[in-house]
Amino acid sequence: MNDVIEPFIAATVRTAVPLGLAAFGELLVERAGLINIGLEGAILAGAFGALVGASAAGVGAGFATAALAGLFIGVLFALCVVWIRADQIIAGTALTLLSVGATGTLYRAFYGSGGAALGIATSEPLAIPGLSALPVVGTALFAQPPITYVAYLTGPVMAWWFRRTHAGLALRSIGERPEAAEAAGIAVDRARVMAILVGGTLGGIAGGTLVLAQAGTFAEGMSAGRGFIAIAIVVLGRWTPHGVAAGALLFGAASALQYAFQAMGWNAPYQLFLVVPYLLTLAALAGAVGRARAPAALGRALEARR
Amino acid sequence: MATAERQAPARRSGANTALHELALAAVVVAAIAGATALLLLAGGYPVGRGLAALWSGSFGSWYAFTSATLVRAVPLMLTGAAVAIAFRAGVLNIGAEGQLLVGAAAAVALALVSREDPGLLALAPPLVAAAAGGAVWAGVAAFLRTRYGVLEVISTIMLNFVATYVVSYLVRGPLQEPTRVYPQSATIADAFQLPRISGAGRLHVGLLLALALAGVAGWVLRRTAVGFRIVATGENPSAAASAGGIDVRKTTMHAFLVSGALAGLAGGVEVLGVTFALYENISPGYGYTAIAVALLARLDPWRGVATALLFGALEAGAGAMQRDAGVPSTLVSVIEAALILAVVAAQAARARRLSGDSAVAIRPVNA
Amino acid sequence: MSELSTLDASLALALRDIDKRYGTTQALASASLQVRPGTVHALLGENGAGKSTLMRIAYGMERPDAGTLTVRGATVRFATPAEAIARGIGMVHQHFTLVPVMTVAENVALGGRGRLDLPKTMARLHELTERTGFELDPEAKVESLSIAAQQRVEIAKALVRDAHLLVLDEPTAVLPPSESERLLRWLRDYADAGHAVVLITHKLREALSVADDVTVLRRGRTVLEVPGSAATIASLTAAMIGTAIDDESATAPRAAEARRGAPAASRGPVFRAERITLVDTRGIVRLRDASFIVEPGEIVGIAGIEGGGQRELLRALAGRMAVASGTLSRPPIVGFVPEDRHNDAVLLDRSLVENVALRGAGARRGFIDWQAFASRTTSLMHAFDVRAPGARAPMRTLSGGNQQKLVLARELARDGAMETQAIVVENPTRGLDVRATSDVHARLREARDAGAAVVVYSSDIDEVLLLADRVLVVCAGQLRAAPMEREAVGRLMLGLHGDG
Repeated sequence: MNDVIEPFIAATVRTAVPLGLAAFGELLVERAGLINIGLEGAILAGAFGALVGASAAGVGAGFATAALAGLFIGVLFALCVVWIRADQIIAGTALTLLSVGATGTLYRAFYGSGGAALGIATSEPLAIPGLSALPVVGTALFAQPPITYVAYLTGPVMAWWFRRTHAGLALRSIGERPEAAEAAGIAVDRARVMAILVGGTLGGIAGGTLVLAQAGTFAEGMSAGRGFIAIAIVVLGRWTPHGVAAGALLFGAASALQYAFQAMGWNAPYQLFLVVPYLLTLAALAGAVGRARAPAALGRALEARR
Repeated sequence: MATAERQAPARRSGANTALHELALAAVVVAAIAGATALLLLAGGYPVGRGLAALWSGSFGSWYAFTSATLVRAVPLMLTGAAVAIAFRAGVLNIGAEGQLLVGAAAAVALALVSREDPGLLALAPPLVAAAAGGAVWAGVAAFLRTRYGVLEVISTIMLNFVATYVVSYLVRGPLQEPTRVYPQSATIADAFQLPRISGAGRLHVGLLLALALAGVAGWVLRRTAVGFRIVATGENPSAAASAGGIDVRKTTMHAFLVSGALAGLAGGVEVLGVTFALYENISPGYGYTAIAVALLARLDPWRGVATALLFGALEAGAGAMQRDAGVPSTLVSVIEAALILAVVAAQAARARRLSGDSAVAIRPVNA
Repeated sequence: MSELSTLDASLALALRDIDKRYGTTQALASASLQVRPGTVHALLGENGAGKSTLMRIAYGMERPDAGTLTVRGATVRFATPAEAIARGIGMVHQHFTLVPVMTVAENVALGGRGRLDLPKTMARLHELTERTGFELDPEAKVESLSIAAQQRVEIAKALVRDAHLLVLDEPTAVLPPSESERLLRWLRDYADAGHAVVLITHKLREALSVADDVTVLRRGRTVLEVPGSAATIASLTAAMIGTAIDDESATAPRAAEARRGAPAASRGPVFRAERITLVDTRGIVRLRDASFIVEPGEIVGIAGIEGGGQRELLRALAGRMAVASGTLSRPPIVGFVPEDRHNDAVLLDRSLVENVALRGAGARRGFIDWQAFASRTTSLMHAFDVRAPGARAPMRTLSGGNQQKLVLARELARDGAMETQAIVVENPTRGLDVRATSDVHARLREARDAGAAVVVYSSDIDEVLLLADRVLVVCAGQLRAAPMEREAVGRLMLGLHGDG
């Protein structure tokens, strides 16, 4: 049994990390009352950025350029939505399309359209002494690439930030009632821009994780809808950091199930497994929304289109 | 709520309007050419050769015009109309791509099993199946939206991915061609293939169907009570319900399903008129390009014919650019996205100008 | 310049020669205001005179195009409310700026810096309660508080930041009379303690009862600055309104008397409600067991404080909402002019023609004859004096008053299939200037005289009494007939029946 459970947990965590990072980023944005459909574009941009950075100067540089690429998409989104006040859903969709086109174009231009697997430095697992020796979960949880530990910490840090700082209170108030925040002297636009930028950066890092800690290479469109799955995770997690963490793990587990099933001898068409995250997203959105309460300003913005 | 620019029907004198539209079109074309040139320059590609290829691949010859541009414009007219109707009703149907795929699959499935009726009658079942398939696929998202309040932007994109996998499964499984070697369906029989328009290369009669449907759709929106309900619902669902007594739920549902049907039909027309078989990647992103087509046409399906032509030309030219000048065809997606952003920004600027600037920074959504 | 600043040094707040323009509208033109410390200063003016705009500038929410602002003698330029707050200015807005889902303490703490220390905030609030007699529960969620309590939270927000100048924007608009009096008494004490209060209001009586100084704005200009003792209702009214308009209150009652003498219509009641119960969108019962009728050819006024149930009542009468129990008979088509016209009644970005065509769009079949609608729109515009660039202009380009007139015209339309036997209006003159207001009132009376049943709700008791032939009061889900007398109506609004 152990040889099924351990890989299963490891796969769960591995899949959950980029989803979770992107979802934490989106959580900030949605607590500010906005929704960034361009998150998918940020992840893809981050993936490509990681390719560029890692080819040039190794894993660390790869993550840095991934973050920058995601930040860039965030900047564009902030420009559209906060400065120009364009429709946020269409702007986000356009940015995702832009990212798909731009990364595809740049990839083909610089790395040839052959699509040959490129060898770039990848992020090696870093075992945490002591913890990684735990039975069953030890290696699965604590012998992962370092970015995993960053993801572990993000949840509690964000929860602390929301509850114990004025900045967190301010962001929450913006997401609930921006007029109240403004009257209290809070710079609403500026806070929203910050949330968008951090969200984009985290999305970029998530993309970097895909390349540097999972695939080891870049492929066009490799984000494969993870940005939208991250948005579903935020809803499923009821817009709280711990909920998001749990949601990411849930999606990770669902994806990891395919390995478990294959190990146990199930032979279904591989498309069935690939489809699971998307169907799960739909189910999560349908099931979760009834009970969860979105930040009021976000709810109002979305209600306006119902 | 103004998610996209919707002007009151232009009521200047006829000649004036036509001139105005023409001028606008010229500006847009010039902007696209300019943007392309800039991108080529930035990418270090030969600008002159790139632009020349763009032209020759799209309008440079009769063959290019009919068999490259118009052929690509046909599905864009249909998906553009699909997106326009949905957006008008306030439904952000980003799933035209998936609806197209499902429609294509349904058309092929029926063409492979139906008996061969005489003449054009044979085409009816596959085309109807295509429309139905697209409507059903949209219906899933419509149901999730109505019943559970799921954002259709997300659900339709998710369904796009699912559709891709469904097609992938079908062409490797139930619909795979008899020799079981290639991931594609058998070629459909001649009786089910859309006849070509003589003297026009690969161009098929699907063009006439697309023109007719786009025209009807535009006319319905402008001149019928049903169309007005869609427009009012998309503009302001609350006022539509309260002041207009409009059943907003029913209206958006209908618009969503019709949108899906049109997109499905686009898929059916593609397989029956161009590809003659189902395989992966039969659509180079028509469903996504349709968004740009619709937005640029200010959500008017009839104007969408012109913008579909424009984007068909762009994609045809992009293929030539890649062959002749080594420019990646994904460049077109960049231009399309930039166009959408430009349109959205222009609308926002216009709305701001009309309603007056406010120093209070609250809602970025045009609600 | 130096004389001005020495003069200003003795003022808590001074605004001079303020200009502010929004698009094509000049909201303020050389407006000024001088507030002495230790006083209650009433800022009067009609809707749209610029009172709120002026104080938003003082609070840093807007920036003036021209003019100066001094606080305690120091010339300042506020870029954000945070700067105004830092200078000791606190503002209590007309529409509360509280986060409903957060607690009182969180709302008060909002806007601080660094680490969040809620226990400290709660301690401060307790101390404040003791010092000023304010009742506040720091841990209560704002959404569970009454309107008056929420207003106290708003004030507490300013007090906790050591405001020396408190600006209140129409604070008694949403309060029942007894709470209004309580607030005004508290403000008097607060001023006597050395602070300054600016009371934005359009209620003359209130201003005269409590203000030490009065400033009147009209069309963005300061037209009167006098001590309270030197002001009278007549002089303030003249300053607020300017050009002479028929004094409605003088003519209307006489008209009402004349009409009551006329024979009643023989048609039978237009609306008949028998023991109806109404439930809002969240399932909360808003009106219980109400019974009443409305005859043709009368205006029935509805009075009530916010949340009393009138919102649901109006919509049920207009056919936009079903009754939960009981029977309500009404005509098949009822005109409705909701309070929030932008959200509920018009398509801002579409033409006037399309907005007129909106009525009945739900049931329409077949093709739309736009020519016919265009000519109908033009004749409506003519009949109701709607000023606009043309029938094809987008609704957005019309002023608030003209938009409202067009909506009223559309709902009152009495041609062919659109015969209007009944119309329900909710705060029909909110945000309109004096001229537009009296236009709207005249139209409603015309409709009544032509035999329609008109139901009017206004949150302004005086407007209700001015228009109505009889008054019904909603309070806490109960509907009661009221005498046409201000104090009686006010008491019923609070739920006090009988004397005392």
